[in-house]
Amino acid sequence: MKNISISKRNTWQERLNRFTRHGDIPWSLLIGAMAILTLVVVIAIAWMLWTQSADARAKIGWDFFRPTLDATWNPAKDIYQAWPFIYGTLITSLVAIVLAVPISLGIAVFLAELCPERLRLPLNWMIEMLAAIPSVVYGLWGIFVFLPAVVTPVGEFLSHLSVLPGFTGTLFTGPISEDGTSRLAAGLILTIMVIPTITAISRDVLLAIPNSQREAAMGLGSTRWEMIWQVLLPYGLSGILGAVILGLGRALGETMAVTMVMGNANEATGSLLKAGYTMASLLALQFKEAVTPLHTEAMIELGFTLFAITLILNLFARFLVWQVARRTPQEARA
Amino acid sequence: MQTKISVSKAATAEAISEIKVAVKNLSVYYGKFRALAEINIAVQSNQITAIIGPSGCGKSTLLRSFNRMNDLTPNARMEGEIILDGENINASGVDVVDVRRRVGMVFQRPNPFPKSIYDNVAFGPRLYGIRRKNDLDEIVEKSLQQAALWDEVKDKLHQSGFSLSGGQQQRLCIARALAVEPEVILMDEPASALDPISTLRIEELMHDLVKDYTIIIVTHNMQQAARVSDSTAMMMIDEHRAGRLVEFNETQVIFTNPKDKRTEDYVTGRFG
Amino acid sequence: MTRFQQLIAVNEARRSRRRRVVNAAMLSLTGLLTLMALVPLFWIIGYVIYRGAPVLNVNFFTQLARPVGMHGGGVLFAIEGTVVLAVLACLFAIPPGVLAAFYAARNPNTPLGIALRFSTDVLAGVPSIVMGLFIYGLVVVPMKHFSGFAGGLALSILMLPTIIRTTEEMLKLVPHTLREGSLGLGAPEWKTNLSVAFPAAFDGIITGFLLAIARATGETAPLLFTALGNERFDIGAIIQGGIQAHQSLFSIIGRIVNQPIDSLPLTLWTYAMQPYQERIDQSWGVALVLMILVLLIEIAARLWIEARKRALQG
Repeated sequence: MKNISISKRNTWQERLNRFTRHGDIPWSLLIGAMAILTLVVVIAIAWMLWTQSADARAKIGWDFFRPTLDATWNPAKDIYQAWPFIYGTLITSLVAIVLAVPISLGIAVFLAELCPERLRLPLNWMIEMLAAIPSVVYGLWGIFVFLPAVVTPVGEFLSHLSVLPGFTGTLFTGPISEDGTSRLAAGLILTIMVIPTITAISRDVLLAIPNSQREAAMGLGSTRWEMIWQVLLPYGLSGILGAVILGLGRALGETMAVTMVMGNANEATGSLLKAGYTMASLLALQFKEAVTPLHTEAMIELGFTLFAITLILNLFARFLVWQVARRTPQEARA
Repeated sequence: MQTKISVSKAATAEAISEIKVAVKNLSVYYGKFRALAEINIAVQSNQITAIIGPSGCGKSTLLRSFNRMNDLTPNARMEGEIILDGENINASGVDVVDVRRRVGMVFQRPNPFPKSIYDNVAFGPRLYGIRRKNDLDEIVEKSLQQAALWDEVKDKLHQSGFSLSGGQQQRLCIARALAVEPEVILMDEPASALDPISTLRIEELMHDLVKDYTIIIVTHNMQQAARVSDSTAMMMIDEHRAGRLVEFNETQVIFTNPKDKRTEDYVTGRFG
Repeated sequence: MTRFQQLIAVNEARRSRRRRVVNAAMLSLTGLLTLMALVPLFWIIGYVIYRGAPVLNVNFFTQLARPVGMHGGGVLFAIEGTVVLAVLACLFAIPPGVLAAFYAARNPNTPLGIALRFSTDVLAGVPSIVMGLFIYGLVVVPMKHFSGFAGGLALSILMLPTIIRTTEEMLKLVPHTLREGSLGLGAPEWKTNLSVAFPAAFDGIITGFLLAIARATGETAPLLFTALGNERFDIGAIIQGGIQAHQSLFSIIGRIVNQPIDSLPLTLWTYAMQPYQERIDQSWGVALVLMILVLLIEIAARLWIEARKRALQG
């Protein structure tokens, strides 16, 4: 503030002011430095996870990722094969996405296209409240309420599907444990948790579609549903895909709720109805109690894998959103 | 197509000057606000009817009443009758979807779907269950020819509709509307977003189309109304900001010998 | 009849009925799905209140944990820990976040600006447990012990992207005329930013902070191997002890942040996994407190945004 009242006598201050352009140069440097800091954090995360798992990568090699459910994760013998955890993460997220996408799209369509004006705001809020409930609360409710009430009966029903041939049959090999802890439980909880993410973004995508598209479809005699299904959803497809990918990212990294309902046992089966781990839940449970240095490193490698997957998904989602942004102005051109 | 008129109930020689759409005592409300008041118009078959008037006078609202597009606006309510071929389409039991097939619409800005040129035109027919490729090919070609676009796009039917120029996009939208064989085509300032040459092409196209269709066009461009239309409806807002019909007559009369002082002021440019 | 009319006349009644039925069915389905999504929301909120409310009493908020097997006791340690962690996270995240947002708002298209936006997006997508791993390697390993400091740092990285994004958006909404008015009076840019742009965008930015804090307060995963958890954490005792030993304020604060610390979600998780009924009961109480806290902040922030929008629309 003193910089403004330039006193002629105080020549060193005047010189300083001129040199710093009244403080603008230090200011630019400061905000630039903070921008760089953010960048550095991202790089540091990757670098830290990469260097701290160097030994694991050298000693275990690709065996770490070998896709076999009959894998060994034995800290006592220092043998680490991570596939069951990777599989657990992938299969639970897959269940969540498969179930959440149609539900979320339905909600997004309702909120953007059909909902009466008065209900729109409260409904939007309620859906977003689902995202605000802490993950541990989901877990607690899951263990004591959702699992016995929903997952166990559903699991028992699904176990009849184990007669199906091939992998589908394997997926439904029962029986499900009595308390319901299973990969299926994790998948269903994740479904609830990713619905708000996918819904909110798809709703915004739908709202961004120009009204002229709706009028064109209705003017040709579409029903409302035909307009939504044949015009709006294709129009917003890549944005919606971006939403799905961000939802997938959330499902992959979700830790606490999944850890609480997944049973955390390692059986050599791919069944949805059996207990298992995800990458994140293994970290949550074992990292503090790591037995050997290699055990720690193996888990950091797992963390790096998780980081890499979410990074790639993020890049892809950004690319899709960028494509939408690139296409939209062309329609306005006339 | 050539026997279009014979489809209607009074398939006689007099049908040439038959009334296609009659608007009787139409009022449109948005909530409590009355946007249109007591409109009465009789649109002749196989003619171009222009609706003119200063902006905000309800031209578009009137136009969008002909295919019940106002239904899509929340709180909008219509009173009165719109009689299309003897049937009131503003009644409660009417199949709105069918009305919109019979009364096609072209909008102010070209609004092709982000699909290929072919799929844009085939969109309507597919809604009505036409799936066979031969049938669709035939309809697409015929519609594009009617819209005078076929020669320009016949080699790139599977490119995106967005790849066309603005004027071509608008003709694509016309072809898309023609593909479901409407009886009436509504055009909401169809050339306002186009350059003069594209505008001229659209106007020529309207002249060709009117042999087979009844066209109602909203325009803010006096010269355009004078050039293309057979009849003209002049609208203006009253003291309650509701749109009213000032005068409806043959275009020639409206532009050379209007009965109403306000019409005269408007068409000679002494008004808004 | 034209060819087209012949084509669409085939099965016309059946087809148009089918179209109408599909339309009605699918539109109702979307409404039904919306209702369905609200079921877990109300189920969770209702059940947490049902189980948690009986546990809440004065002791719950004012006492430390009793040893396992004894009735009573409270979760004061976790409440204090949550506050300490939230304060630390804000201290670490808000200054750099806001400054970086000034950069992003001013230079969106420079290479660094693009890199900044990209890294913000990446950070927002990194699983929170990976943040924990990172801080574990960065802070816990060199310091050789778990601490509230490490926990706060982990939460701050979690908050950083939200803070940068909302601040940037709010700053971009500040009208140019306002900035130009100040610059035209000869005020330097930094002063214009801090004394004109920032206050003008302030309440929007605050809502961003609130949402970020609400989300961070509910997080557990990044604390597992940074803050660790500490049932005997007692700020009162630390401060009293410090005063009696004539320690400086600085070293008292140092003692508070330099030891393992608990937080509400962390306590919930620890208690829920223990096989003692009273602990599980208390975990429902913790869940209720946590949920009220998080949802209240969330609702307050949203009401604020809505009120502001209305005010702007006039």
